[in-house]
Amino acid sequence: MSDVTKYDPEWLKKALRDMLLIRRFEEKAAQMYGLRKIGGFLHLYNGQEAVAVGSVAAVDLQKDYLLTSYRDHGHAIAVGMDPKNVMAELFGKITGCVRGKGGSMHMFDVERHFLGGNGIVGAQIPIATGVAFKQMYDEDGGVTLCYFGDGAIHQGAFHESLNLAKIWKLPAIYIVENNHFGMGTAVKRVSGVDDFSVKAAGYDLPGYVINGMDFLEVYENIKKIAEETRKTNTACLIDIKTYRYKGHSISDPAKYRTKEELEQYKKQDPIVQLKSQLIEAKLMTEDDFKALDDDVKNQVQEAVDFADQSEEPALHTMYEDVLA
Amino acid sequence: MPEIQMREAIRQAMDEEMARDGSVFLLGEEVGEYNGAYKVSKGLLDKYGAKRVLDTPITELGFTGLAVGAASVGLRPIVEWMTFNFSLLALDQVVNNAAKMRHMSGGQIKVPIVLRGPNGPAEYLSSQHSQALHSYYAHIPGLKVIAPSTPYDAKGLLKTAIRDDNPVVMAESELAYGWTGEVPEEEYLIPIGKADVKREGSDVSLISFGKPMRMVLEAADQLADIGLDAEVLDLRSLRPLDEEAIYATVRKTNRAVVIDEAWPIASVGSHVGWMISKNCFDDLDAPVELVHSEDVPMPYNHTLELAAQPSVEKIVQAAKRVSYKE
Repeated sequence: MSDVTKYDPEWLKKALRDMLLIRRFEEKAAQMYGLRKIGGFLHLYNGQEAVAVGSVAAVDLQKDYLLTSYRDHGHAIAVGMDPKNVMAELFGKITGCVRGKGGSMHMFDVERHFLGGNGIVGAQIPIATGVAFKQMYDEDGGVTLCYFGDGAIHQGAFHESLNLAKIWKLPAIYIVENNHFGMGTAVKRVSGVDDFSVKAAGYDLPGYVINGMDFLEVYENIKKIAEETRKTNTACLIDIKTYRYKGHSISDPAKYRTKEELEQYKKQDPIVQLKSQLIEAKLMTEDDFKALDDDVKNQVQEAVDFADQSEEPALHTMYEDVLA
Repeated sequence: MPEIQMREAIRQAMDEEMARDGSVFLLGEEVGEYNGAYKVSKGLLDKYGAKRVLDTPITELGFTGLAVGAASVGLRPIVEWMTFNFSLLALDQVVNNAAKMRHMSGGQIKVPIVLRGPNGPAEYLSSQHSQALHSYYAHIPGLKVIAPSTPYDAKGLLKTAIRDDNPVVMAESELAYGWTGEVPEEEYLIPIGKADVKREGSDVSLISFGKPMRMVLEAADQLADIGLDAEVLDLRSLRPLDEEAIYATVRKTNRAVVIDEAWPIASVGSHVGWMISKNCFDDLDAPVELVHSEDVPMPYNHTLELAAQPSVEKIVQAAKRVSYKE
């Protein structure tokens, strides 16, 4: 485990706050779904917060880009999107980040270099490869973080993309958020390998394994890897081991796994771990954490109020944003 | 005016736009060192280098998706599909990403990409290689679809497509790459969404696009021999459709034959036929005819494959039927 005393305490608290904000946001989203304020699919990020927050902290969104799958609320918040616009999007309101057109699966913020939010398993992988192509084409020194789940790694889109990234020297960082289940199917039942990083070898690219339950481990590794990618224009594949506490989507009771397994992972909870480290290093007290949590809960409640009070999109808006 | 082949007209359009805008690049199977499976991209690698003319591995989904991604952050890729049959492997990236990114992002993203290649049957290629799939793309909001029938139209439309901020699919034809036509030396553009009257007439409207246009014009000549003066409308753009031009010709002649080399169910041709029936009902002197391919996979046998497609004879017969001249 990394030494927290090496870092600016305020920066660490900001990371803790971001993870907590995602957690409370997701808890509230589930609650709002129960109240039928949100419809359709709702894929929650609880448990995986260190992956989005740790990796976003490690890159420079002035020049770097992020793309992910439909489990995208965490990334949206990690890049700094206002939870109000994210919640309003879940509510389908005109004040949503994509004007009520996308819902849970399609959060976008081009200004923050966050290009979604893709609802087809693995379909963002070639897109991200194309964003990295632009970075190579313009030689602008940027890298692209492409996140996807362990279910997506068997898609042809993944394999075709890694090969293209290799032959054209594209600065793409492919991140498997390995939460061990593709929907309800355990990785072991559908994969020939346990360790996905070995698949990089098939394209002569480097592969890494990272513990995704630890913020600093994610941050430090992605930082090092991103600098290497920037320098060498060599793509890579990272198997980040993480765990989702909730089902695949809101309608999934997750009966395919044991309670013990879930509890085992909750013992390594990324928020609890960072909090304990900060308290142990005397950078924070229990009371400080309580105050932080209250502040975050308030912010989430404000997001709900904003979403609730926002207008429905006018009917004519359905004809907008189809063509440029 | 110089007379050039369709393949040269398409190449000139790409060449001129690549010279004009450094963000335009071409990628696809065999487009570079091999100079194109149908020699459309001949010479472009030598002129623009390997960074802008990229030979891809045989991974339609991967390189099409890569191009969509590059377009979403400001480049202007031209994807050459070796044929539309192979574009089916890339369909997810076209339908779910190219056509949707603007929508899903609430208008934050533009996808200025051109997806082009030969569509429809050539000869002796059997069922997997002889499919007219333009209707697949014309079905999808978020895309534009063009299908030129002359070198002049191909060059003018493709230049416009490359400058368009939306995804544009251009359906070409193997058999038409060698067709020649006049193309001016000075620069010109043709707007997407504008049909073109290729032959004026007063008795019957023949409405088509793409490769079948040549047999449609031949049919019009044969109809003239029997005293039927056909007007020939080349749609050129399948999405958006030039509805005004379609209704104008039908209101002029009161008789319509639509010719589309696709299968009949849910095709561009069947849709145009429905539009005419709905919007020109009072102008029609006969039910609209649709000349289409037989509703079967394409046989290899040459007699069968010709019989499966629209022909001059079928178009003439349809025109005679709507004119009650059988």
